[in-house]
Amino acid sequence: MDGTSQGTTDAGKDTRPLQSTGEARPPSSHSVTFPSSEPLELDCGRLLAPFTLAYQTYGQLNAARSNAILICHALTGDQHVANVHPITGKPGWWETLVGRGRPIDTGRFFVICPNVLGGCMGSTGPASINPATARPWGLGFPVITIGDMVDAQVRLIDHLGIDKLFSVVGGSMGGMQVLEWAARHGARVATAIPIATAARHSSQNIAFHEVGRQAVMADPEWAQGKYLEHGRVPRRGLAVARMAAHITYLSEKALQQKFGRNLQNRSDRSFSFSADFQVESYLRHQGSSFVDRFDANSYLYITRATDYFDLAAEHGDVLANAFRGTTTRFCVVSFTSDWLYPTQESKAIVQALNAVAANISFVEVDTDKGHDAFLLDEPELFACVEGFINASAAKAGIAAASGS
Amino acid sequence: MLSQRKPRQMESRVDHLLIAEMVGEGARVLDVGCGDGELLQLLSNTKSVDGRGLEIARDRVNACVARGLSVIQGDADRDLADYPDAAFDYAILSLTIQATRSPKAVLQNLLRIGRRAIVSFPNFGHWEVRAKLLLTGRMPRTENLPDQWFDSPNAHLCTIKDFADLCRAVNAEVERSAVFNWSGRQLSQRSPLGLQNLLGEKAVFLMRHGAWA
Repeated sequence: MDGTSQGTTDAGKDTRPLQSTGEARPPSSHSVTFPSSEPLELDCGRLLAPFTLAYQTYGQLNAARSNAILICHALTGDQHVANVHPITGKPGWWETLVGRGRPIDTGRFFVICPNVLGGCMGSTGPASINPATARPWGLGFPVITIGDMVDAQVRLIDHLGIDKLFSVVGGSMGGMQVLEWAARHGARVATAIPIATAARHSSQNIAFHEVGRQAVMADPEWAQGKYLEHGRVPRRGLAVARMAAHITYLSEKALQQKFGRNLQNRSDRSFSFSADFQVESYLRHQGSSFVDRFDANSYLYITRATDYFDLAAEHGDVLANAFRGTTTRFCVVSFTSDWLYPTQESKAIVQALNAVAANISFVEVDTDKGHDAFLLDEPELFACVEGFINASAAKAGIAAASGS
Repeated sequence: MLSQRKPRQMESRVDHLLIAEMVGEGARVLDVGCGDGELLQLLSNTKSVDGRGLEIARDRVNACVARGLSVIQGDADRDLADYPDAAFDYAILSLTIQATRSPKAVLQNLLRIGRRAIVSFPNFGHWEVRAKLLLTGRMPRTENLPDQWFDSPNAHLCTIKDFADLCRAVNAEVERSAVFNWSGRQLSQRSPLGLQNLLGEKAVFLMRHGAWA
């Protein structure tokens, strides 16, 4: 734990350590800081410098530097894709897909996963210290976009000496970054796997995010975004935001199957507002455990970035223009029960890619697990990703994993 | 259903082999109604094509992608309109046209998307089909067309003569055609169309848009 963490001092306040800021400065991951002489030009027009990206890597970069795969994480994900999480102690969030002998085989590929710009796991974000004021950025942090996140990742890839990524892979907001990589830096991306994502945020998506942000900002502990300076944490607000969002990650059927109307540790209703139902208890747990690993302002900024995402708008309102002349090979994946980023959103991407005759695979995986399916045990997803990756790698002449 | 059942493995190979012979080395190919990707795999192995597939059945699409083929889930009647002109060297429709809702529009799209179009189809003019209809008075069922009329995916069956008429109607210039009999043998090109239409079980047409000739 970083000894300078705020939030551990003020008497009378919640004295639980602010673990998220502990990872925010400095992280246990690798990190690279780009100096003031190399500012990042943000879409909002501001310059950000210096800035840091924290990242994890797995496997070995080959001599030709041709086997690198960039994993882009989702809204509340982080760089710990295939290792035990330093805060929660849980396995990496995509160990089903990434690892030795997995569809993205770290015995074959050099896997890089950065924490996004605006995140709170070591990359520069609102919980980081603004060097100009020596205080946490808070709401002084510039509003960033998915494009900014990707441009920051380009710096990291340059720093690692990689000219062209073999693949960029991500689900949900990670998928948006994949699309942005292909659109802005297509020449540096051989293959792209956007999963359970969309080329723009729908009105419904924005609406849910707004509920979450308002919950955070309605918590008095949020203190106009200056909670870190005051050693406070808007736990309740952020937990409610997480609870609401979590519902959108599941499906009605999944919730019903998992919880039904089952009561939590009781035989009858309590005639009160305690968590009578298992589903309430589950959501409360999701909310409270999230607060321990995530910064509330990061949540505001990152949800905003996804709301602003509209790839077609960046290209004259014609999505196909984003991919014109692309040489990237695409594998688009959606899930039948995902109502947050439904299949029709993936089909719009496919349609745009067809319009430029791009090399594309598109699969819809039949599942009732909802949006979260991309993180879960979905053999069809694994088979498709593995088949796509291996066929592409064979064409690119990337050696198979040694000893497997 | 676009994915036509292919009851006789041997015969499907025969028309696939002929298509593979028609396609140029390293060509860009779109296989519409690609099923399990058998033809795409063959073209990839023998002609190193840059191949893409379109298939309506989700499980077949996923199987193709798991094999490393570039295949998308989609519907020929609806989704071909998305592709730009001359995006492919060959647009192939293998034993699928009879299962589309609008064969004419599909063929026009094939001729637009591909510099050349290759279409194979079961011949409803085959003597066995004719005889069964004549003698039993019921919709004919053969090894090639095994389904009952009410659960068949085939909405628009045609004869070789019918297809030749459609080619004229959409200004398709037929560069080559091949007709196979029941044993998978190719009938002589010199035999009259009427005879081919009587003896052929399956036909393959290689075409291009007449205007571009």
